[in-house]
Amino acid sequence: MGSKRTSRRELLKGGSALAGGVTLGAVAPALGQTPASGEASAHDHPMVTGSKVDHPMIPGSKQLIAYGERSRFVTSVRIAHPVGGRPSPDAFGKVFHVASPLQDSVGVITPSSLHYVATTRGSFMPDIDPKEHTLMIHGLVDQPLTFTMEDLKRLPSVTRLHFIECAGNRHNARQKTVQETHGMTSCAEWTGVLLSTLLKECGLKSSATWFVAEGAEEVKGASSMPIAKAMDDCIIAYGMNGEALRPQQGFPVRLMAPGFEGIFHTKYLRRIKIVDRYYMNYNDFGHLDQEAKDAALGFQIGPKSVITHPSGGQQLPGRGFYEIRGLAWSGGGAIRTVEVSTDGGRKWNRAEIKGTAQRMAHTRFGYEWNWDGNETEILSRCTDEIGQVQPTREQIAEYWNVPLERNYRVPGLDNSVMPWRIAKDGSVTNGLA
Amino acid sequence: MGSLRLVTILLLLGGPAFAQSSPTYGVGRPPTAEEIRALDISIGPTGEELPPGRGTAKQGAEVFEQQGCVGCHGEAGVGGPAPALKSKKGQDVPIWERERILPLRAPFATTVWDFIRRGMPLGREGTLSADEVYALTAYLLFLNQVIPEDEVLDKQSLPKVKMPIGDDYARLPEWKPRTPRLQGYPY
Repeated sequence: MGSKRTSRRELLKGGSALAGGVTLGAVAPALGQTPASGEASAHDHPMVTGSKVDHPMIPGSKQLIAYGERSRFVTSVRIAHPVGGRPSPDAFGKVFHVASPLQDSVGVITPSSLHYVATTRGSFMPDIDPKEHTLMIHGLVDQPLTFTMEDLKRLPSVTRLHFIECAGNRHNARQKTVQETHGMTSCAEWTGVLLSTLLKECGLKSSATWFVAEGAEEVKGASSMPIAKAMDDCIIAYGMNGEALRPQQGFPVRLMAPGFEGIFHTKYLRRIKIVDRYYMNYNDFGHLDQEAKDAALGFQIGPKSVITHPSGGQQLPGRGFYEIRGLAWSGGGAIRTVEVSTDGGRKWNRAEIKGTAQRMAHTRFGYEWNWDGNETEILSRCTDEIGQVQPTREQIAEYWNVPLERNYRVPGLDNSVMPWRIAKDGSVTNGLA
Repeated sequence: MGSLRLVTILLLLGGPAFAQSSPTYGVGRPPTAEEIRALDISIGPTGEELPPGRGTAKQGAEVFEQQGCVGCHGEAGVGGPAPALKSKKGQDVPIWERERILPLRAPFATTVWDFIRRGMPLGREGTLSADEVYALTAYLLFLNQVIPEDEVLDKQSLPKVKMPIGDDYARLPEWKPRTPRLQGYPY
């Protein structure tokens, strides 16, 4: 193949989306551009004149120009969580728990369309006009203040990567895929004002020890959190992955409480009350425990990782090279190291962290592996910047001195190591099953 | 922080003309006392935010019928598709071995009042009157043998209700950034 021809083909490939979208879609819809064969549109654009097109074209449309869509060949979607549990939407149109397709994820950002969703008890997505929405801060402050969305956007902003994880993200032997075992976590780039900025503006009274964050959805979900968290790193977020929050993620504004269980990341945030005690409202009642260890472990999320490829339900085509990939995160800070075992946990190998690990953010890791075609089990474990290590179920049971039964429920949000079993035929299944 | 607080104090001393917006950035506006009262539905353990009103279990039983609570929670709080509201286990069973029922296990009666007002009835949240919420709270506490049938609940008496859990629940440890979630726990 001559170099001249190659370069023209490359030009054609590189420019085809542009050509199909802008020129044909926006300018000449009357031509009825639904090219059935590769040559159908060739005469409409100088770039493709006299050439043969490799692929059919995506017909341009005003909608696609205005707001893009993924390829029709990419079909990854969210599913109800748990499998077979309460559907979303339910019979009333309410949304409950929806898990993200981690098995297809690349990098560390979950697309907003695929971000996991959870609601307190099943909620409608409130359709909030941001011009009408306000955030009021009151209680033990020198000056209560009400902020419009415009006010919030005028203030100094931060942009940070943070994961959110639902307390119900708990893997067990019955689940098949990583979406079922770990899909109730996602990571996005969030933009907003630090809550500390707003609280300094209001002026905290010395008796302020807790704050209650409340949403505007119909149940008005409210959670109590320590004021130390508010002053450390909470974000009043209006931006997500380069655009406004999605309604499912709390449009027009939500609280980010990095590293805390998902329920604390109050959506549709309308009010923050500064108080001098734990307020024990309904969401707080959900965290009520008898034992201090359970209470402590049900707040900040521990170090956790999972291999997303190869993972349950996937199929290795044969022996040979694979990059094992996965995600690691911790409520304690940034991920420092990730290790991968390809022999059922006997030997642990240092995995490569892709890019820079961010605090309380999904961190992508990879490990180069040559599969010899024998049955084995692959696992990952991580250590965070404050030295917390992701445990196996065996280690947790041993620490608490309880028998490790098949249905043993580890205390707090389940951060135990997830094993994937690889059979001789290359099929991948849940190692706990 | 110290200087910010000083600025705030100076602004407050300067009178309302200077207290119109935030001290450093000059955005936001002070809500009126009425706006705060209307939005503030957080009822803490002291009950200081409770509105005037009153109700008894007998009145609550009627509200439970009228408002359609029966449809989801069942007759007398059992047997419906929504969570049961009445314990089936006796008072001799330790509280942590009894069911996880809000008007039984909550450490404060204010928690029950707060949730009924903010979260019920499904689809008509926030529409109950203060009297109805006092009455429903009294009814659910009576169903679980927490208070007698004739006890009147109001702003004064509700926070004083002795819940069966007493002091038998864990307090959260002090949270500090960059610190393990549980002291001494390596995982």
